[in-house]
Amino acid sequence: MMKAVLEVNNLKKELGSFSLEQLTFSLKEGCITGFIGVNGSGKTTTIKTILGLYPKDDGSIKFFGKDMEKNECEIKNRIGVVLDEGYFYEEMTLKEMKSIIAPAYTNWDESVFLNYINRFNLKLNQKIATLSKGMRMKFAITLALSHHADLLIMDEPTSGLDPLIRNELMEILLDFMEEEGKSVFFSTHITSDLEKVADMLILIDNGKIVFNESKDELLERHALIKGDNRLINEHSTKLFLRLRQTPFGFEGITNKVDQVCEQMKDIIIERPSIEDVMLAYVKER
Amino acid sequence: MKIILKNSSEQPLYQQIKDQIKGAILRQELKEGEKLPSIRSLANDLHVSVLTTKRVYEELEKEGFIITIVGKGSFVASENMEMLLESKRHLVEKKLSEVWQMARTLGINKEELYSMMDIIFEEDDE
Repeated sequence: MMKAVLEVNNLKKELGSFSLEQLTFSLKEGCITGFIGVNGSGKTTTIKTILGLYPKDDGSIKFFGKDMEKNECEIKNRIGVVLDEGYFYEEMTLKEMKSIIAPAYTNWDESVFLNYINRFNLKLNQKIATLSKGMRMKFAITLALSHHADLLIMDEPTSGLDPLIRNELMEILLDFMEEEGKSVFFSTHITSDLEKVADMLILIDNGKIVFNESKDELLERHALIKGDNRLINEHSTKLFLRLRQTPFGFEGITNKVDQVCEQMKDIIIERPSIEDVMLAYVKER
Repeated sequence: MKIILKNSSEQPLYQQIKDQIKGAILRQELKEGEKLPSIRSLANDLHVSVLTTKRVYEELEKEGFIITIVGKGSFVASENMEMLLESKRHLVEKKLSEVWQMARTLGINKEELYSMMDIIFEEDDE
């Protein structure tokens, strides 16, 4: 089976009133893993903690089978990172920014860098402050992928971008994955981006992992059921994770597809979206 | 090769993909020794998980339809006539049992079904 590129075990991190509790999950090599959850669920805290940008309170973090604390340099050379908030110096040109980042990696490849710059139509003498949001994201990806990283980690790379650029980003990810042994881990609250590209999905809610599963299996295990309100009673309500009723009928998400089919007649069964499933598990606050 | 996936289908995605690749091999649209797309590019094109396409190839390999060579890719296995024939029969049997299930729920008995088949055969002969 596929090797794990990242294994997180019982990770604990307290940050003010928020905490990550006993976080355990792993990423498979060769997979695009989507990290989903609503705002404030702990996605950014998790990413920053596994990258060592926040000190962890407890637990272990292993990249490529190696402990993060003891092999930080070696590991960081094999990871490309794109974080949500711009960590660029606005007054610099792209070229100047690159010359700050490049020396941090032993395997920086200038030809790969120039390749991406051309592909994305970026101008090296342009100031960072003049880049549009989409261009900024493309430049961040260029910097993250120019040192032959095996694992690309991104925090909300698509937020604030229009659908066209989001789609372009997904194509870039799929291109990156064509090479064997590459993996991507990215967080998003825009789950539609993941419908096309994700292999695995991890849902975090209130600092806890809810599921870590293959996307196709997850969506096959759940169903969106629609039907007449007369079918809903004290007993049948329990078959649903989330149920919404209007005067015209009901709509619900279930993980007991077989039981629902057995007990309810004249219903419509549809494949749920990732968002449908996510909302079924997220607790309201 | 054509692969069309139904999102509303009760059949899981891996089963739909597997059946359609198998069909293409049985109809010899995919010829012996022909290279199949990589699990990643198949997953990208069909918008399914690479874990799903991996499972499809693993099962097709187990059933003898394809072979996978590490570092080279997956190829249609050399023809095994007996196996092909068996699979073709199996496909027809599956359809027939679906027909019988349907006939039964609609209250059509064995004799009626036989005579329906006879009419179809006669029409085909003409």
